[in-house]
Amino acid sequence: MKRYLRNTTFVTLAAASLCCTSCKKDIIDRTQQYPALSPKALDLNADTWKPVLIGDPGVFTVDAPVATNSPAYIADLNEIKGLQRSITDDQRALVKYWSAGAVLRWNEIMRNLVAKHNLAPYQNVDGSYPAPSSGNPFAYPTFPFANPPYAARAYAYVSAAEYDALIAAYHFKKMYNRSAPYVNDPTIQALIPKSALPSYPSEDAVVEGAAVEMMKLLFPADVAYIEQQAQNERLYRMVAGANVRGELDAGESLGKQVADVFTARARTDKAGAAGGNKAYWTQLQTQTAARGETYWISLETPKRPPMLPLFNKVKPFLFDTATVVALRPGPPYSTNSPEFKAQIAEVLNYSQHPTRANEELTAFWADGTATYTPAGHWNAIAADEFVKQNYSEVRWARNFALLNMAEMDAAIVCWDTKYAYFNPRPSQANDQIKTLTGIPNFPSYSSGHSNFSGAAATVLNYLLPGSGTKFTEMAQQAAMSRLVSGIHTRQDIEVGLQTGNAVGQYAVQRAESDGAGITGN
Amino acid sequence: MKISTKHFFRCLLAMACIVASVQRSSAQMDNDGIMVPKNYLCPGVMYGNSQWTNYWEGTYKRSNGNIGTLTSNMYSLMVTYGVTNNLIATVSLPYITTHSTAGTLHNQKGFQDAALNVKWKGLKFSSGGSRFALFASVTASTPSSDYQADYLPLALGSHSTDFSGRAVFDYTFHKFFFTGSGAYMTRSNITIDRNSYYTSQLIYSNQVELPNMSDYNFRTGFRSKYFIAEGVADISTSLGGFDIRKNDMPFPSNRMNMTSLGANFRYRLKSFYNLEFTAGDDYVVAGRNVGQANMIHGGLSYIFSLKGKESQVNYYKN
Repeated sequence: MKRYLRNTTFVTLAAASLCCTSCKKDIIDRTQQYPALSPKALDLNADTWKPVLIGDPGVFTVDAPVATNSPAYIADLNEIKGLQRSITDDQRALVKYWSAGAVLRWNEIMRNLVAKHNLAPYQNVDGSYPAPSSGNPFAYPTFPFANPPYAARAYAYVSAAEYDALIAAYHFKKMYNRSAPYVNDPTIQALIPKSALPSYPSEDAVVEGAAVEMMKLLFPADVAYIEQQAQNERLYRMVAGANVRGELDAGESLGKQVADVFTARARTDKAGAAGGNKAYWTQLQTQTAARGETYWISLETPKRPPMLPLFNKVKPFLFDTATVVALRPGPPYSTNSPEFKAQIAEVLNYSQHPTRANEELTAFWADGTATYTPAGHWNAIAADEFVKQNYSEVRWARNFALLNMAEMDAAIVCWDTKYAYFNPRPSQANDQIKTLTGIPNFPSYSSGHSNFSGAAATVLNYLLPGSGTKFTEMAQQAAMSRLVSGIHTRQDIEVGLQTGNAVGQYAVQRAESDGAGITGN
Repeated sequence: MKISTKHFFRCLLAMACIVASVQRSSAQMDNDGIMVPKNYLCPGVMYGNSQWTNYWEGTYKRSNGNIGTLTSNMYSLMVTYGVTNNLIATVSLPYITTHSTAGTLHNQKGFQDAALNVKWKGLKFSSGGSRFALFASVTASTPSSDYQADYLPLALGSHSTDFSGRAVFDYTFHKFFFTGSGAYMTRSNITIDRNSYYTSQLIYSNQVELPNMSDYNFRTGFRSKYFIAEGVADISTSLGGFDIRKNDMPFPSNRMNMTSLGANFRYRLKSFYNLEFTAGDDYVVAGRNVGQANMIHGGLSYIFSLKGKESQVNYYKN
């Protein structure tokens, strides 16, 4: 018996250790599973699509490519052949990763940087808060603090720059009409789906050039990381047999030229002054009190200045500044009114009866600290959908530009609303209200998540007409997550969705007339 | 029913480790040299209270005005059974509440991880007044409810299924003892409620890989028929994971390390020795991505023989 038990114990120990190794499974990242992009349409008329900022693409400089029988081109082909003869596993991994699409991957790279930088600065010893400085991006707090408005603006600029750069690229592609390396030299293998799109300048490099140049401005502390991604992408195009070096150089140069138009706008769009100053923060309180309303107070300790109170002054993409004010919803219920108290009572009821389902809903949509923010979440949702559509790169860029211009402008309109009314959070109105996720440091009315989600769903409903009510329902869930988590009142989320939808309609109107249409051609 | 006093000590020591471990993270347990005789059953209840105001964000120690003091209370039921004189099995189920004194984050409460520990006394020998014993113990624990892991610092636990193996060396010289043990714990991946998260990069999945852990435990003191007093040192180390960045939220796959020092006392009445009281305190003296907690615990257990007769085992030996 004793021996039997000893043996059993050994078996148990051995089984436990085996079991341990088997319950560790590699994490599967769904973005690594995306297939290689194989556009179902080339969208050859994209040079006629309506750009965001640029005018005539002919103003940009793209030198005529060297002849395909020139020594320079043959040397470029030999470079590809050399790479393909000694291809490494790492290079194959680059091909697998990047072949899903340049616009897609640069969008993910940006989401990654947003999540990295979405951290509110830690307080100074005296209880004040330091502000990140673009002039000294590496000093703590590192630049930027990629909060929801900052992130929405970043996504918009990069997406719009890529879109305009691709429109310009199509202009030159058609002008020069050079075939891909694997067409000009049959000994070169195409490691990705072949394309009949003229390959000079490279569309991948155009996207890379535009994205890199924009991100140098938006994420200046990460230039080394960004440049490494660019090098990887250029190498991928050559290893895959898709572009010669000259096509990449021309594309990158064009992308940077187009990005210059956007960086010039970004430097003067008033985002840099959106933080306001102490006098303005006090003015927000006094003007709200003068209306007889309870004004918003930071619920953080120490109290943090309100997030970007002058973001409403930032120049929108889809409409002018007067429209921002016109889109501002009417005021919330007076903080003294029975209606407001009823709204707070509903939030308190949710707070006092948390359910696991509400925790799950909250966590799924929270998009708080160290995440890609609500706008990034909608980019992720859109990317999962766009992958199924097999868009051309230019349509990828156009659809992300529409989505993200809507998200940025929704942020502007929402922030305008928040600081026009300077309305307290439920937990300020009643300190018994506890939240299922972190409480944001800006006024309550109306809900940012609801604005972002309403705008995104409106754009995606237009771009993906076969989707039924999926995106509308997701937006409603995102909004509802803020009510059940104690972050917002019902009026905050309902009005937020409406305003977001209205902003999204401007992107839809633009899409209806930009020449791209719903499907490719 | 006449029961030897020493059974209580054995039972309580076994349980005390479980309590400490539950408060710590999930289920490292059974790090002593005490057994329960064959066919004895030892049910018990334990209470634990953990509080911290300061925590380590990576290696940077700070407080947080949006947390204040974080308190967790644990109420645990546990039962130990002597399968043989050399093999015991313990099951435990803790109920935990957490709350913070500042900020707006909602408190949490619920049943945490059910655990089963099997401890086997594999070797023993004596020389003069010294006795040595070697033990092997394995523990499995798994969540008993659908609590939220991705809600630190207020989460009830990591919501992983864990397995650990521990080797325990116990030495006694008359009434003084020293026990040292080392454990390795593997932790399963967990599923969180969102489908992307940032570690040192964004990962698009709802699955999170938790680092495995090691634990070293040392206890020494006085062990007599009615009273045990021991000092305890514990070093728990994540074998992987990442640091909380400045002003970031904690995450289940952080590198959570903790060194604690503490004392435990166990006592029983001569007149009613099947009932045992235990109390102790542990304080985190060094850590990484954890709170600097003070952890007190107290418990009550009752041991009895299922056969209704005294064990033949000389439990005074280790």
